[in-house]
Amino acid sequence: MDYLDHLEAEAIYILREVAGQFEKPALLFSGGKDSITLVHLAKKAFRPGRFPFPLVHIDTGHNFPETITFRDELIADLKEKLIVGYVQDSIDAGKAVEQSGKNASRNPLQTITLLDTISTHGFDACIGGARRDEEKARAKERIFSVRDEFGQWDPKRQRPELWNIYNGRIHKGENVRVFPISNWTELDVWNYIRRENIDLPSIYFSHERDVITRNGQLMAAAEYLNIDHEDVIEYRKVRFRTVGDMTCTAAVPSEAYHIDDIIEEIRLSKISERGARMDDKVSEAAMEDRKKGGYF
Amino acid sequence: MDLLKFITAGSVDDGKSTLIGRLLYDTDSILDDQLEAIQRANRKNNDGTLDLAILTDGLKAEREQGITIDVAYKYFQTDSRKFIIADAPGHIQYTRNMVTGASNADLAIILIDARKGVIEQTRRHSFLVSLLAIPNILVCVNKMDMVDYDEAVFEKIKTDYERLTENLDIKQVDYIPVSALKGDNIATPSANIPWYRGKPLLAFLETLHVSHQYENQQARFPVQWVIRPQTDELPDYRGYAGRVVGGTFSVGDRITVLPSGFSSTISHIELASESLHTAENGASVILHLADDIDISRGDMLVKQNEQPIVSQSFESEICWMDTTPLDLNQVYLLQQHGRTAKVKIQEVIYRVDIETLEKSANGHFGLNDIGRIQFKSAEPLAFDQYTSNKANGGAIIIDPRNNLTVAALMITKSTG
Repeated sequence: MDYLDHLEAEAIYILREVAGQFEKPALLFSGGKDSITLVHLAKKAFRPGRFPFPLVHIDTGHNFPETITFRDELIADLKEKLIVGYVQDSIDAGKAVEQSGKNASRNPLQTITLLDTISTHGFDACIGGARRDEEKARAKERIFSVRDEFGQWDPKRQRPELWNIYNGRIHKGENVRVFPISNWTELDVWNYIRRENIDLPSIYFSHERDVITRNGQLMAAAEYLNIDHEDVIEYRKVRFRTVGDMTCTAAVPSEAYHIDDIIEEIRLSKISERGARMDDKVSEAAMEDRKKGGYF
Repeated sequence: MDLLKFITAGSVDDGKSTLIGRLLYDTDSILDDQLEAIQRANRKNNDGTLDLAILTDGLKAEREQGITIDVAYKYFQTDSRKFIIADAPGHIQYTRNMVTGASNADLAIILIDARKGVIEQTRRHSFLVSLLAIPNILVCVNKMDMVDYDEAVFEKIKTDYERLTENLDIKQVDYIPVSALKGDNIATPSANIPWYRGKPLLAFLETLHVSHQYENQQARFPVQWVIRPQTDELPDYRGYAGRVVGGTFSVGDRITVLPSGFSSTISHIELASESLHTAENGASVILHLADDIDISRGDMLVKQNEQPIVSQSFESEICWMDTTPLDLNQVYLLQQHGRTAKVKIQEVIYRVDIETLEKSANGHFGLNDIGRIQFKSAEPLAFDQYTSNKANGGAIIIDPRNNLTVAALMITKSTG
């Protein structure tokens, strides 16, 4: 079996296990290529039936407009339910406090809104597009990753996970994060997107826009970035390799207009995908710490 | 391009993480920012070269202690194959994590330190590999640079290992002398080891034939989910969604539904609205049957002339994976694919001392104990013998009090 067929079959199998094992699952949708790939896989797993779960977007309010347009068109086309959890609501309710300073980002606040959304809707499983090749703590995580009632991951007490048998049994209040594309690499995702002809938001492809350089990274010059007189705005040809919100996702200079160019660019790249994520640069254990706190 | 999944097992300090780091490094799979992170962490080997082990030790606790606690999955590819490495801990305390990594492996790489030779851990890891029925073993005799690349050392270890595996059910063993630290026989043949005429590690991995383990398997299709849109356009659509875990299914095949025993014929196979004639092993598809019969999640479709063992009483190998020991009076849950059944473990037939491989009828069965048991199920289950079909011969035991996965079962036979 070709490796992409194998990865696809495994992901479909995992999605169907979620449907079979949980009462109220949800698919976490960020508008990025990995969650768009998950939606495509869910179509393969459940069509012509409906998805047995809604899509859930945790919205920082600092989005690329292209991503939101794409999301709304995708939902209209799918005819599935979308639930949006707004970080702004968590701030307004006093549950989250906006960061201050030049490098302020709402990225860390997402965890609060995510856990709130999970408890409001009573979700017992959340499907996410995280991959083990992204980061070394993720390389350790099970496909069915049990979180306690505070959303915390305990890397030292992970359940053994053998063969294709996933134990999703939990007590009330706990939930399981499920990662169907755990075994895919960035290149696998792109090769699959090409093979399946999956549509993506335009910002993944080379385009011209205003950018500033912040901490050595190219950031889209957006109002959320606290731009001041020290920042030099340049008009450059860039694309985004991952898509989070505008405050934590850096662009890369790129001439890749077509998916073939992107695949070639990634094949030759000497920088990892998350190298362009400010949120991972905090410390050696940034991801592990966030996951222990309830992050995706 | 196909996929090879392998596990690496070794003991503390025998260079397992260095070997993986070297494989990733030599195949250009480590990117600049990851190298930079290693440099930032400033971990060096004694000779001043970068310590690549930090690439695989993903948890703070692991980096602090310099040991592997849980499996890390690593990915790389060459022009001919894609690889998934399950980098597993070797310490006895983390046996359950090694078992997790071993359950899906096509190959196990056993590392032996050339200076130390075959040690107790080598025996334990090899036993686990045979228990999990990994079809191929590659023994990498590492740190050859520390023994002056001496052929006699390599040959002695080879002879010792052959003796060790005499009593284990292992099909294929290969041997390569390497130095992970120096890069000998990893990506390219080593000039320091002219007496070795076999392939270096990477070429071995690229050319190993592994699909034979799926040959001669009988057709199995556990149903995960029933698709019934019940819309105006599709009022009567009923498709059985699942993944083939052995053999192949084709349109026109006569099938039996287990455990009910009803029969029908496959009328249609689809994957994402595309019609297929055959669903091969490993494929996730939707099957349609000619007759309207009661089938739900947890049922299994098999070819009528290829029946598995259907029984409520089995003998099985077991690996206990929880700190609370096995309780013969407790009702546990057995999970196999989409089916969960109440079970009672009636008897411990024996427990294996994994250091001496001696069997004893010791009653206490605790964390990391391995042996053979007999169990009874509240409902009929459809299994194959684990050694003939891993995907349909394995199951997990769940403790219903805390929902933890407490044991792995590898079915040997029906006793009912």
